[in-house]
Formats: sequence, C-alpha cells, structure tokens
Amino acid sequence: MSSALDITRAVNPPRAAFLDYPLGHTTGKPHEPALQREILLQALEAFTSLTEPGSVKMLPFRWSEDQAWQATAQRGPDDRRPRYDTPQYQTDEDHRRAEAAGHRG
Amino acid sequence: MPVDYIPRIQEKYAQEGYPAYRWMVNSDPPPWQPLPQSLSRSRLGLVASGGIYVTGQVAFHYKDDTSWRAIPTDIKTTDLRTTHFAYDLTDARQDPNVVFPIDTLRGLVSEGVIGALAANAYTFMGGIYSARRVQEELAPQLLERLIAEDVDAVLFVPV
Repeated sequence: MSSALDITRAVNPPRAAFLDYPLGHTTGKPHEPALQREILLQALEAFTSLTEPGSVKMLPFRWSEDQAWQATAQRGPDDRRPRYDTPQYQTDEDHRRAEAAGHRG
Repeated sequence: MPVDYIPRIQEKYAQEGYPAYRWMVNSDPPPWQPLPQSLSRSRLGLVASGGIYVTGQVAFHYKDDTSWRAIPTDIKTTDLRTTHFAYDLTDARQDPNVVFPIDTLRGLVSEGVIGALAANAYTFMGGIYSARRVQEELAPQLLERLIAEDVDAVLFVPV
C-alpha cells in the first residue's frame, strides 16, 4: 500500500497499490469499516492482477471532492514533532505498563 | 495531482540541520515472485511502519528508531497504540485500522478472501534517516521473522 506515490516510485517495490489519502490513512478513513474493506479488497487484488514488476495500481478513491488537503500537505507548515530519542508513549498508562513488564525507558 | 512528498521531506530535513538528503532511488527492476496460490489459500503477513505498538510494549522513539515490535494478529484492537513524529495521529488513535488494517484483514479471513494471517504482524517507526541502516539492520530481521512465520505474501503498510 502507499499514500505517497513519488516515494513508492523511488522505492520501486515489485507491486503496489496507491491510495490518494492524506498521510496517516494508508488503509482508509477511521470508523468506516465498509470503505476500509473495499480499499483493501482492491489493493489485495493487485497480488494477482499486476504482472509487470514495479507496477502501481491506482485505487479509485478520493478523500474529498475538492482534495483541498493536498495543498496543505504540499505547502503547509512543518507540523512534525521533535526527534525525541526516548520512547514516546501514547498514554502515561502505557509507560507504566511497559515498566511493570520489566522494560526500561 | 498526488502530493510530491520527496521535495517536502528534503526541505524539512534541511531545516532540522541534517546534511542534504540523498534520496534512495532503486532503478533496477524489482525482484518478482508471482503469488504461488490464490490469496484464499495463502498465509498473509502484515508489516506496518506507522509506529504501532501494543500497550505494555516499549513505545518507539522519534530519532532513527530501527527497532520493531511483533504484534499477535489476534490482538484486541483496543490494546493497539500509535506514536509517530511525522503524521497526524488523531485518526489512527481513534481507529488503528487506518494504518494497521487488522480488523479489516481478520474480516477478509472470515469471508474466505484470505486463507489465514501470520501469527504475528510486525511494526516499526519509519522516518529513519539512513537507508543503509534500514537495509542492514531492520530489513534482514523482518525478513527472518516473516520467513519463520511461513508467509506466502506480505502486505506492507507504510505511512
């Protein structure tokens, strides 16, 4: 699967399926299981339908009619988080559980 | 038109003070292996780079983390967590299936579309500056695990 076509072309995997959604949604929209299923069915179909090494199957789904998210992704501010070199837990409870399991950090 | 991420990422690395990023471009034809039997008779592996872990595991960090986690494919979806420096986690934290399609895949196994899932899925962080470290440290370990899982095919889900 891919939601970054230029990166996938550079990697050049044997076969790929491209979904033109914002990063963080490589396999669909949240809480839309029917859509997630359809996306994955069409992507998995590439295992048999693609016969040329390096082909990319373009999946026929759009995030929104106007695709306005693309302009933000191309030109918006850098909203990435700093490159912390310690584990970044989703919740404090996760941190406690990891330490209780005998892990450090 | 799809977003051009490579120039965006090059700009961002430059702002972080890294040397100019030399993007890895693989121009050789990729290796090719037809699916040995239909998907409905295949064992499918899942590898995802969105920083997914299970509560109780050590979370990933954000600076060239080349470690990986094994996640049992019968995991409770509510035990899955995501952490990443490079994408908006809002939706992935509400529904991990947007970057780790575990319920979707389990559904397709129940329907008979996929034969079976490997016992474990494998996850890592991505955003690793050195392609060489991915090639020499991370990729061989994942390959070894996938071979041990006896998979017929693998679905990669990068973010």
